[in-house]
Amino acid sequence: MIHLLEVHQLKISEASTGKVIVHDGSFQLKQGSCLAIVGESGSGKSVTCRAIMRLNKPWLRQTGRILFKGENINALPEKEMRKRRGKNLCMILQNGMGAFDPSSVIGVHLKETLSEHFGWSNHEIAEKMKKAMESVMLKNPSEVLNKYPHQLSGGMLQRIMIALALVLEPDLIIADEPTTALDTISQYEVLEQLIQLRERLGVAMIFVSHDLGVVKRVADDVLVMKAGKIVERGEMQTIFLAPRHPYTKYLVSTKLALSNHFRRLMEENSVAES
Amino acid sequence: MGRYMVKRVLMSIPLLLVISFLTFVLINLSPLEPAEVVLQSQGVPKITEELLEQTKEELGLDKPFFIRYIHWLIDCIRLDFGESFVTGKPVWSLIGPAFLNTFKLTMVSSVIIILLSIGLGIICALKEGKFIDHSVRGISFFLTSMPPYLLASLMIWYFSVQLDLLPTSGMTSYQSYILPVTVITISYAGIYFRVVRSSMLTNLNEEYVLFGRASGLPERLITMHVLRNSLQVAVSVFCMAIPIILGSTVVIENVFAWPGLGSLSVRAILSRDFPVIQAYVLLLAAAFVVFNTISDMINAAMNPKLRNDL
Amino acid sequence: MRVVKNLWKDKLAAASFLVIMVTITAGIAAPLIAPNDPNEVNMNLRYAASSWEYLLGNDHLGRCILSRLIYGIRPSVLWVLVALFISVFIGAVLGFAAGYFRGKTDALVMRMCDTMLSFPGYVMALAIVGILGVGLENILIAFILIKWAWFARLIRTSVMQYAEQGYVKFAKASGISDFKIIYQHIVPVTLSDIAVLSSSSIGSMVLQISGFSFLGLGIQAPNAEWGMMLNEARETMLTKPELMLAPAFAIIIVVSAFNFLSDALQVALDPKLVTSKKRSFGTNAKNKLQEKEVAS
Repeated sequence: MIHLLEVHQLKISEASTGKVIVHDGSFQLKQGSCLAIVGESGSGKSVTCRAIMRLNKPWLRQTGRILFKGENINALPEKEMRKRRGKNLCMILQNGMGAFDPSSVIGVHLKETLSEHFGWSNHEIAEKMKKAMESVMLKNPSEVLNKYPHQLSGGMLQRIMIALALVLEPDLIIADEPTTALDTISQYEVLEQLIQLRERLGVAMIFVSHDLGVVKRVADDVLVMKAGKIVERGEMQTIFLAPRHPYTKYLVSTKLALSNHFRRLMEENSVAES
Repeated sequence: MGRYMVKRVLMSIPLLLVISFLTFVLINLSPLEPAEVVLQSQGVPKITEELLEQTKEELGLDKPFFIRYIHWLIDCIRLDFGESFVTGKPVWSLIGPAFLNTFKLTMVSSVIIILLSIGLGIICALKEGKFIDHSVRGISFFLTSMPPYLLASLMIWYFSVQLDLLPTSGMTSYQSYILPVTVITISYAGIYFRVVRSSMLTNLNEEYVLFGRASGLPERLITMHVLRNSLQVAVSVFCMAIPIILGSTVVIENVFAWPGLGSLSVRAILSRDFPVIQAYVLLLAAAFVVFNTISDMINAAMNPKLRNDL
Repeated sequence: MRVVKNLWKDKLAAASFLVIMVTITAGIAAPLIAPNDPNEVNMNLRYAASSWEYLLGNDHLGRCILSRLIYGIRPSVLWVLVALFISVFIGAVLGFAAGYFRGKTDALVMRMCDTMLSFPGYVMALAIVGILGVGLENILIAFILIKWAWFARLIRTSVMQYAEQGYVKFAKASGISDFKIIYQHIVPVTLSDIAVLSSSSIGSMVLQISGFSFLGLGIQAPNAEWGMMLNEARETMLTKPELMLAPAFAIIIVVSAFNFLSDALQVALDPKLVTSKKRSFGTNAKNKLQEKEVAS
């Protein structure tokens, strides 16, 4: 079995103080599979994701090997790395509102990205984007392309990012808490689109979240992080049924408590109705 | 957009009215009797009650306050600010050319300040924490602690007296601009450069920069986006820089004997020449309002979000 | 306490603090410290070099430069601090009223501020001096009249931020009197913002006020003031440029000390101000614009 991504002993620390933020983390990702990274805020999930993209702030130092398709991208010159960003490694951010230049229309970013990677003409780009946007259920794509970020909702912007990924056809998508900032309905829609994206492109995905309920729907494998350390890993089902680390147990139990509570409520309701 | 412009211009009219009224009130609050000042400055040896009444009538000072304001306002709109108490010349003939001279000095300085602070701001923001950032900030910090009049005096002493390179004072040729413009630039560029720098840094930390990089955009393109957003903040600050510099060249003008508003106003204050002071205050306050309006408009043109606010 | 500790760690800030304290003490105790009468003219000692009796030498009228420098602290620094304190106080009262009660009070205060702020600072100061006549008191009055509006506006923004917070709303809902809420819950948290705001404008105020004295619009002879000492020295600049040294250094050192301290204070007091600026993009421009006005 060939791994698309292998991370060996990734260590991230503050350059000035030497304070370690992520401790020697290692994990692998199979072609086409989805790995969820779960943990509370500040546990090092986002920093790990950005380390794979090599987009952490300059005052953070990262060491270790990151093999992407067998090539150590942690040692790649910046120029080579840039070519892979977007084209091979795509990122979907939590806050759609902040992810686009507030004083340009949405189309500008998409055009710049696509012509940078593929050298397409404006017309080609517009055609491809329209198709992709329609497939993520965005109505009136050409109108949306001419809107400013503040004129669109967070869920729409998230789906535009997904549409862009559809056109870019990367090998790996890193979704950093893509549903956290959304209301429940948009959350559901965006999640559906992400699942479809995987099916359509057969792309591998790293899905960062602190919501086990969401993770359960998309991921094959799970990493649980706490205070910069990977405390537990394994298949989705195993972790859910038999968590070993106390922190994971705690996460699962809170999740179960919630759904049990919900189930009880529903049962009471049905009893009352009958 | 057109509607915004019209609204914004209309909004500045009441402000101008309030300012003109305040200016009028301020001058009338003065403990000195204007008629007395006029007589004194004309060298009348003995000021009698009769003479005072007569002068008051001549100057229209016997009419009710509000009527006087309306008359004064109408005159002001026609650029008729009355006559100087001291020289007897029409105020506009004094203040018009002086305004022009100060305006020239201000514009030359402002253009240099704006270019310099944008340039330095960008460099320092992109090289944050590096040697060049530290040294530029250190120097600007030192220079903002330096009184501008001291800097001006030192420059005259060195460049004009010791080296005999540049004229010490007055406004005779393009060379006369060099020293005053340098001093104004040094005292203001530091402030504005910091605005550009901090606004660039704020923008560089925005998510859209991360997403741009994650999409594989070249740094050049990202910098352009950052620049565009940072300059939005800077533009309104720069627009306001022009009237601020216009109003604060007073000290510099006096050191270099620049025949502008600053020299005129200080002379007017020392000789209590009220019509000149009044015209000076009104003119600069009006300039302030006009530039404020322009800055809001440019901002609205650049920032689509603000347009809906009004 | 934490703030003092943080400040102390910063060597430059500690030194600045020391310079300021020494200056203020020297200014208050001027009659005790100054070796000679600052206004005593002694034509025999014109332009005398430094001696044991006159450590920094004598000026064009033979007056003791060191004594004049020490007495000059009063108008150049102490009175400026008093003026600053008064304008911050007025600004704080109105800013708290506007930011806490909102509604009509807010609208009224803000309109007043808008009008005041539509006059450029220097022009306003010149206008007031023009009306009231030259003199240090009038310059100080002019500055108080200009600055209060600026402080009121910024303090209002700061107060509004905290007044919207849950615990304040809760206190309001529990029927605690407004005065008590302001005093107990809002004053303590806004204090750091106010400290940063006011300390950041001391340096430029010292410079501006000395500038007016330099022009002869401020303090009148024979009283000593640094700006005026520089102006007097300028007249003999061609023959005796060294006379400019003492007042020039005094003013640069004190202003830098205030600037360094204010910078350090901003860092020590946790960058609340910075984050609050980031949050609102629109008001950001306006805030910065007013920042510039202080600097003007």
